[in-house]
Amino acid sequence: MDDGAVSRAATAEAGAAPPLLAARGVSKAYGGVHAVEDVTLEFPAGTVTAVVGDNGAGKTTLIKILAGVIQPDEGHLEVDGRAVRFPTPAAARAIGIETVHQDLSLADHRDVVENLFIGREVARGSGPMGLLDKRRMQQETIRVLDELNVMIPSVRQQVRRLSGGQRQAIAIGRAVHWGSRILIMDEPMAALGLQEAKRVSELVAALAARGLTQIIVSHNLDHVFRLSTRIAVMRLGRLAGLRETERTNHEEIVRMVAGLASAPAAESRHGAAAG
Amino acid sequence: MSKAQAPAPERVRRVSPLRGLITRPEFGAIVGTTAVFLIFSAIAGGSGFLSVLGAANFLEVAAQVGIIGSAVSLLMIAGEFDLSVGSMVGAAGMIVALGIAQFGLPPVAAVALAFVFALFVGWLNGTVVVRTGLPSFIVTLGSLFILRGATIGLTRFVTGRTQVGGLDEFTRSDPFSQLFTAFVGIPQGTATAQFKVAIVWWIGLALLATFILLRTPFGNWIFGAGGSAVAARNVGVPVARVKVLLFMATAASAALLACIQVLSVGSGDVLRGGQKEFEAIITAVIGGTILTGGYGSAIGTTLGALTLGMTQMGIIFAGIPADWYQFVLGGLLLAAVFVNDWVRRRASETRR
Repeated sequence: MDDGAVSRAATAEAGAAPPLLAARGVSKAYGGVHAVEDVTLEFPAGTVTAVVGDNGAGKTTLIKILAGVIQPDEGHLEVDGRAVRFPTPAAARAIGIETVHQDLSLADHRDVVENLFIGREVARGSGPMGLLDKRRMQQETIRVLDELNVMIPSVRQQVRRLSGGQRQAIAIGRAVHWGSRILIMDEPMAALGLQEAKRVSELVAALAARGLTQIIVSHNLDHVFRLSTRIAVMRLGRLAGLRETERTNHEEIVRMVAGLASAPAAESRHGAAAG
Repeated sequence: MSKAQAPAPERVRRVSPLRGLITRPEFGAIVGTTAVFLIFSAIAGGSGFLSVLGAANFLEVAAQVGIIGSAVSLLMIAGEFDLSVGSMVGAAGMIVALGIAQFGLPPVAAVALAFVFALFVGWLNGTVVVRTGLPSFIVTLGSLFILRGATIGLTRFVTGRTQVGGLDEFTRSDPFSQLFTAFVGIPQGTATAQFKVAIVWWIGLALLATFILLRTPFGNWIFGAGGSAVAARNVGVPVARVKVLLFMATAASAALLACIQVLSVGSGDVLRGGQKEFEAIITAVIGGTILTGGYGSAIGTTLGALTLGMTQMGIIFAGIPADWYQFVLGGLLLAAVFVNDWVRRRASETRR
């Protein structure tokens, strides 16, 4: 009877006409600095969009706007073609947009199960004083991790005793479990060893194969080319261009990042629709 | 899915009961409580420590600090301190005493007033902390002195003194006051052993705190708020609300202790509750709660309070001058911290 809730994570609709998520002319300024300026970018269902750019190019600000962490000064977001407003991260999550922040947002002293369910505990009875259903949460955690093929010694292990890659996998697993529609990841492979980065990238690829719409911020062009279907290049707060991953190469992206060959904005907008 | 996949139960490693026990936060407190009990049984067992009267004595002392300790430990697990609880005991107690003796309020009204005041101050403490982001140590250090100073100043202004007595005549025949002053008799052979009702409050609150911590979503939020507030907020835990509620609960526990003290003794004193804030923190720390938040146990705190009670009364039963209580308490605290730290480290090292 609870299957509806349980299988939410696995579903990702194939998109129809309007893009699943879109930013329309969003700007955000801090003091006199335009962190993000007039960015229009669509994220059609099923695509994996890599957002690349130099330090300070506005990647993280853009991601935070999409995740509801900060609100744009101008412009707006659309979900399924309808204008939306995310006053809080919770509002974005309610619509199915989950974010794995760079700090992973894990409670170190708590175990894997508690981290997966924190803030959204399964309880008999309602409200904060219901009775936790620990067995159910543990079974669910095991199911999620098995499904994603995440290897950890025990779901009852404190998260701080896990390796960086395992922690990243837990954070992603949590986001996937709760985020039915869009997964945003900020530098998921940074600060990971080679082997661990490989595991996490396999995880991202597996999610893409399931049709999950993803947005990935990364510095590492090797990962970007391996995992993404489209690459959005940010430069000095603006969208410098959008390319199909299959129709571009390292060199072009590097040149765009450096500002040596920027595509006209109009072309990039149409590029989004073609994806 | 793949043939190489490990069987599912692998995810939940079976741990030996001993290892499971050692990695519990309250393990150190179990060892410490047992050790303190054995020591005082050995040196003071003959002089009444082990008698029912002795138990009633040290349980009452334990109850007094344990009532505050339960709330304080939840607050510490949520990553915050409240140094103003001791002053709150004095302030709330004075509200009860003045309300009854000076202004002729019925005890139930005076007690209600004390609780409302405590909840308000707790709300204020919590709101200032979560709004400003200042360390709660500093904020509540401020309220510690403000509350104490206001209590002394206002009491002297109203009564010209710093003690208010003579509550007995108003409370003796008052059934409501019995909630805080009654004795609970437990048949003991031919006689009946008398235990203070404070012990019942203590055990009740300890059970409630443990239940909240381990069995409710709110308990999970407490751990999350202390372990990593940003993380908890990102995943939807109402961190600010959790912390404010715990500040309110802590202040309310101080008001409860104030009612028990003032109504039992029959007088209020502006200096009541002095150093109770430190004793409460000590019980939490003995119980395995760490100062940085995110880790701890209400059961451990209860054992910590028991340890404190046994130590304070054990010294007296052993014939050691009570002057040495603070000396022993300090040593106990350091020993508990060393043991807890060592246990935690060993527990993590010896994992495969």
